[in-house]
Amino acid sequence: MSDTIHHGGRQHTTPRKSATFDDYAISEIRRAAATGIYDIRGGGTKRRLPNFDDLVFLGASMSRYPLEGYREKCSTKVVLGTRFARKPIELDIPVTIAGMSFGSLSSQAKEALGRGATLAGTSTTTGDGGMTPEERGHSDKLVYQYLPSRYGMNLHDLRRADAIEIVVGQGAKPGGGGMLLGQKISPRVAKMRDLPEGIDQRSACRHPDWTGCDDLEIKIEELRELTNWEKPIYLKIGASRPYYDTALAVKSGADVIVLDGMQGGTAATQEVFIEHVGIPTLAAIRPAVQALQDLGMHRKVQLIVSGGIRNGADVAKCMALGADAVSIGTAALIALGDNDPALEAEYQALGTTAGAYDDWHEGLDPAGITTQDPVLSARLDPVAAGRRLANYLKVLTLEAQTLARACGKSSLHNLEPEDLSALTIEAAAMAQVPLAGTRWIPGSL
Amino acid sequence: MTGVIDLKSATIRDLNSRLQDAASAPEGSVWHVANVRGHHSVAVGIDRPLTVEVEGNTGYFTAGMNHGAEITVKGNAGQGVAETMSAGKVHVTGDASMAAGASGRGGLLVIDGNAAARCGISMKGIDIVVKGDVGHLSAFMAQTGRLVVLGDAGESLGDSIYEARLYVRGAVTSLGADCIEKPLRDEHRAELAGLLAAAGVTDVPVDAFRRYGSARDLYHFKVDNAGAY
Repeated sequence: MSDTIHHGGRQHTTPRKSATFDDYAISEIRRAAATGIYDIRGGGTKRRLPNFDDLVFLGASMSRYPLEGYREKCSTKVVLGTRFARKPIELDIPVTIAGMSFGSLSSQAKEALGRGATLAGTSTTTGDGGMTPEERGHSDKLVYQYLPSRYGMNLHDLRRADAIEIVVGQGAKPGGGGMLLGQKISPRVAKMRDLPEGIDQRSACRHPDWTGCDDLEIKIEELRELTNWEKPIYLKIGASRPYYDTALAVKSGADVIVLDGMQGGTAATQEVFIEHVGIPTLAAIRPAVQALQDLGMHRKVQLIVSGGIRNGADVAKCMALGADAVSIGTAALIALGDNDPALEAEYQALGTTAGAYDDWHEGLDPAGITTQDPVLSARLDPVAAGRRLANYLKVLTLEAQTLARACGKSSLHNLEPEDLSALTIEAAAMAQVPLAGTRWIPGSL
Repeated sequence: MTGVIDLKSATIRDLNSRLQDAASAPEGSVWHVANVRGHHSVAVGIDRPLTVEVEGNTGYFTAGMNHGAEITVKGNAGQGVAETMSAGKVHVTGDASMAAGASGRGGLLVIDGNAAARCGISMKGIDIVVKGDVGHLSAFMAQTGRLVVLGDAGESLGDSIYEARLYVRGAVTSLGADCIEKPLRDEHRAELAGLLAAAGVTDVPVDAFRRYGSARDLYHFKVDNAGAY
């Protein structure tokens, strides 16, 4: 066999595709040229980023004692909102369900999230579309998002929430507002949002009645006055400048900070936004924790980390880096049944494949999750899907406990950066733990 | 019953917890709030019809999320007065700062003086009558409800407006994206007359107003609209 190809009497090299202009880049140029509009999709960033797989736990050996893996207790409880709220939230596990809207998700999916979270002893969260009776009824602990759009925001729902989450940004699109295209603005969704049916809804990215953290401090006081100072007030930020944003969140009076890295998902946003704005979750945690420590507020203002959490190792690593809890969105949808290979023929018909389906904005989800189509959404059994989510949440917890016990920790909250080692220089720098086999933390003085 | 709450001695927490509690402030009760001195969050979250008269200038979010009370500010109101109100009436006898009536879902907001920028931003069913002028970007992303301005409107009125209806008597510096002037038909004259009457305006003819609303060109995301912003 020759490495050269003889064709038409001339010698050619093996056809070689450009690493720069790869198949995906070329397909996007062709798509852009054909349509004249940017690509919109759901989910989080898809390209490889420095992530939690680049960290390992050191485990106990001669210098540390492990706990009995199958016998000794390892606490997973977490209390959120201890700073100012009269009624903090107590969760059995430190894994919560992230905000996802009714509108982006079917009412069945929202109900399933509530059922699963409740079975597992944790909270779920509304989204950019108001609170539905289904999710309130099936969620023992429900966090009510307070968003720039204020769709459906009302006093009654505010007072029956267990906590309030002011959304400043999200990891998929720090600096961007929500988006819900017309296919999903059903009569019910339109009514809840006070919008015409079927329009392409693009939400505001800034709150209508406050600007900057001095205003926000007053807004938080108002929300406390509206709810008798009972509810924990969370502040959700997309990871971009986590040190300063965390410090300002503390200054503004938040009880809990939700920090969402760039792997965090969205119902629909521009691909360019998802892939090119924000920093990875791995890189965001230590600066946020540092800000809390500098202000003497670590563990007093709780930190919830989200964005690309997949397994108990990710949970344990976030907590070792200083988080009080984590939050999952994309993984929760997968547990419900999103991108199920059993639906491969239907994904193929949509021009995609199980595991890659991200056109959530089109409302054609064969799994019945990211749709408002009554026939498709009826496919999702909220009880069975809720059970799957609860199972998955329990596995996350058991895995995190397994790792914590191996490190000799009787509580997940006792995990610490000292328990970790990095496999890559990038991860060592971002997580501020030594490169494995060295004492080197790049960037430290 | 009638009560007085003096903010010289009472705290904002005292004020709001008394007004929010149906036992201490039953339907139909009348309250006077004295010595306000620019406090924020005055009379927020009242969920039943009662009357509150606030003596003096207020800070941010006065009457926030009001759901049924009739609240009068005898003075100027700070940023976000009557934000997300869903029912009732809020009356400011002086001027209002930015974002008056922001995201309001119902009820009536009357401002005797001027309103600053972003009056009626993100409004969702509230009616707002401003007897003076409104600042720039008023009715930004206004979804439903009516905004009536007896004076002038600043730059970019009704930018990215949905189905809200805007009536302005004076000059409009400029219209925002997708906001256009529309004909004033009889059904609009009738609703405008009703709004003016509700705000206590009796001496202004409805034909002195021009109507503005959505061109609905930006309702669907098309490449040809990309230059609109």
